[in-house]
Amino acid sequence: MTEPGTDWRHDIYGVLKRAGISLIAYVPDAGHAETIQAANDDPDMIAVPCTTEEEGIGITSGAHLGGTRAALLMQSSGVGNCINTLAMVSMCRFPFLTLVTMRGEWAEFNPWQNPMGQATEAALSLMGVQCFRADRPADVVPQTEAAADMVFNGDQACAVILGQRLIGRKSWTK
Amino acid sequence: MLDRRDTVARLLQDRGDLLVVTGLGSPSWDAMAAGDHDSNFYLWAAMGSAAMTGLGLALARPDRPVLVITGDGEQLMGLGGLATVSVARPRNLTIAVLNNGRYGETGMQASHTAHGVALTRVAAGCGIEDVRVIESLDGVDGLRAGLRGGAGPVFADIRITADDPPKVLPPRDGVYLKNRFRAALGLGTI
Repeated sequence: MTEPGTDWRHDIYGVLKRAGISLIAYVPDAGHAETIQAANDDPDMIAVPCTTEEEGIGITSGAHLGGTRAALLMQSSGVGNCINTLAMVSMCRFPFLTLVTMRGEWAEFNPWQNPMGQATEAALSLMGVQCFRADRPADVVPQTEAAADMVFNGDQACAVILGQRLIGRKSWTK
Repeated sequence: MLDRRDTVARLLQDRGDLLVVTGLGSPSWDAMAAGDHDSNFYLWAAMGSAAMTGLGLALARPDRPVLVITGDGEQLMGLGGLATVSVARPRNLTIAVLNNGRYGETGMQASHTAHGVALTRVAAGCGIEDVRVIESLDGVDGLRAGLRGGAGPVFADIRITADDPPKVLPPRDGVYLKNRFRAALGLGTI
């Protein structure tokens, strides 16, 4: 058992559970690995792997129609796939909480990640999604809690941006 | 070839506790023509998302049958979603694609299904076990009869005539559609 705040990867799932979320749609990313594993291991969580991120917007919106709180996990590259579909969130004011792991902004090795990574927050903002950034481990829980509050009480679509510096360097040597 | 309005009216006959999601364009007009209903959620955009919205709803409400009614063009934009449906295995979800091989809202241009792309083979390849091509009203009746069978997901490719009946427009205020749908399930706003 790690102390709260020392292992943000471990803490995120608890925040989502405390927010009443019982469905998690996701496209895998290394930064979300623990949350995805926890969701799949939890008999009270519906874990839905998606082939592309915008699927998750339909799924989380449909879940809300049926009275279930949901969240979507993705990498920054997936934000670009979501743009048009976010019209649904905007038009219907569906609750939309996404956790986005960043690429292309800090100690990046693959330059092809840079264009979308560096446009991620602006793209979300353009579509009316408020961004909550976490660049230090201590930021993750309060920012995710604040975003969940904004989504489910404040009626505001939100993204938690998990910075690349927080996640750390990706190894390219093995 | 089936008439699209007859097909949808037949699917929604005696609908009871059925929850319905429609894809943008003509399938929404067809569902509206069959009679507006609080438990209809009409998409007006987010092309490719009808089946995914139905999936989220079906997972949230396993106690209720969920029917997605969409078009071939709309489903073509979300083919990967059929893989997602297959993996999620919602027993209460039926996806009915009204397939005329045309993009009806943009001038009846040929869609990929007009060139031989077989949606049922895609769905079957994704692992959806109950896939059907429906070309008769008996087939439509069979699909309706199975909506509550709990043996889904079901994927139906319904062959309809490529015509363009008069538009019957549903409400397009998304918040209204959301709130009334939820209210019919006893859920509040926000």
